[in-house]
Amino acid sequence: MPQILVIAEHDQGQLKAATLAATGFARKVGSAAGGQFEVLVLGHGVAGVAESLRHCGAVSVLTADDPALRHPLADKFAAVIAGVVRGRGATMVVAAASTFSKDILPRAAGLLDTGMLSDVIDVWPDGGDFTFKRVLFAGNALATVKLDGPLKFLTVRAAAFATPPPTESAAPVVAVPVDGATLPNQIEFVAREGRAAGRPDATEAPIVVSGGRAIRNADDFERLVGGLADALGAAVGSSRALVDAGITPNSLQIGQTGKVVAPNLYFALGISGAIQHLAGMKDTRVIVAVNKDPEAPVFEVADYGLVGDVYEVVPELIAKLKPG
Amino acid sequence: MKILVPLKRVPDADTKIRVKPDGSGIETDGVKFSVNPFDAIALEEALRLKEKFGDIETVVASIGEEACAEQLRTGLAMGADRAVLIRSDADLDPRAVAQVLAALFRREQPGLVLMGKQAIDDDSNQCGQMLAALLGLGQATFVSKLELLDHASRARCGRETDAGLETVTVTLPAVLTTDLRLNEPRYVSVPGILKAKKKPLEVLPLTDFCAGAVSRTKLLRLEAPPHRQAGARVRSVDELLDKLRHEAKVI
Repeated sequence: MPQILVIAEHDQGQLKAATLAATGFARKVGSAAGGQFEVLVLGHGVAGVAESLRHCGAVSVLTADDPALRHPLADKFAAVIAGVVRGRGATMVVAAASTFSKDILPRAAGLLDTGMLSDVIDVWPDGGDFTFKRVLFAGNALATVKLDGPLKFLTVRAAAFATPPPTESAAPVVAVPVDGATLPNQIEFVAREGRAAGRPDATEAPIVVSGGRAIRNADDFERLVGGLADALGAAVGSSRALVDAGITPNSLQIGQTGKVVAPNLYFALGISGAIQHLAGMKDTRVIVAVNKDPEAPVFEVADYGLVGDVYEVVPELIAKLKPG
Repeated sequence: MKILVPLKRVPDADTKIRVKPDGSGIETDGVKFSVNPFDAIALEEALRLKEKFGDIETVVASIGEEACAEQLRTGLAMGADRAVLIRSDADLDPRAVAQVLAALFRREQPGLVLMGKQAIDDDSNQCGQMLAALLGLGQATFVSKLELLDHASRARCGRETDAGLETVTVTLPAVLTTDLRLNEPRYVSVPGILKAKKKPLEVLPLTDFCAGAVSRTKLLRLEAPPHRQAGARVRSVDELLDKLRHEAKVI
């Protein structure tokens, strides 16, 4: 029976919603093959995050709480995860795919000499083992794979696994001992540039408004893309073209090499729809595309396409969305 | 100092990927292959460090079929000093690749490994981190700014995370994986190509070099993703808002 360990991700005391999708994966495996799962929260001062996970269906919420874990540094986090995997006898380690998990999980897998699959979107039991489906080639191919070995590491796409309903019973919170002084010390935290306050993260938000090449400068991006996002309470995103042009920061990029999002509603404003961009948003429920070029490839995936200039269409949208 | 830069041979980023009807892989007939774009960024950074500090040797390496020599020649033409091709016809997963690279690291003893954060074919984003773990070295992933400190005993790295730019310092030797914004790789010049022909390209059979590196990932089948149907065109903002409110019910 699989013993699953879900690695929780949080940001300044707030659990990332994608973690709950990873518990959805764990419940799916558990209900198909028996077995149970635990959640591990690493950090410093994580009692609140642990508390918010007590009804996620885990048999216990483990905390590795130590001042040395204040920042998610790969050398320390991977060492702690490897220790917990050994100590708890986990056979499967899973986290939602993000820059956090992609930095840390492969390192922990390396420490334990085990294989790993990234961006898993489906799982099913198969003769005492499991078969997985994962995304590759910028979303242009899906691979059905097996991963040999008694221990497997995985990142899963949050959009592919539903957040399970909260359980009645509350799992106990169990502290795992961490001795900060014995952890590796090769990476030192210097600084972190905070995300612009006020808008949600694109990977978490139900609506994402994204701008592309048609946006001519940062002021216009803020006025049009930011303005529409604020009118909808949405997150903002960007195509690679705008990041390359220095108009938007790297952290807004949606696509194969940026963030992968799957909100309820995605506005592609002046985005042509290169396959690398589509790889980051095509699992969205409803896609709206606004583009001057009626032949833009983005219209091939859009549920609602409006041929028009974003400089005219978007101000009208914002005006008509405003109450009153 | 020596910098090791692994280069992966991948279908060019502009290729339309088509899955073979039997699901065994992708169509490769007529497909152009290139150096994985993130690896080209890693090599560019190594070459810039060499140009800045002088006493740096850059070694490019690839693991795979004979044809990987083409990508190594591209690396040499960009300016790398020598190349190592570890020959194997096996499909290797990131763990196996990391094991081979660890063996190469032990042989070459570089002060720094610079490599792409992910290969654009497999999109795994695992190799560098696994390599760092196997060697017990520090790592910085998704690097978009790099500066060597204290006589190249440490590196200050800007990392692109979901929340924004994070800065860390890492003790060297270390494994750094490169993000898109670190630099723009140079084009290969004709004199560069001519020079590359005279640079050493060593070929080692994987079985001699790192016999234990075996893939644990087994591909059962590859398929094209479900096709997303194009929806309707709307003629006006009013029609769009009406559809979003009453048909899709998303706002």
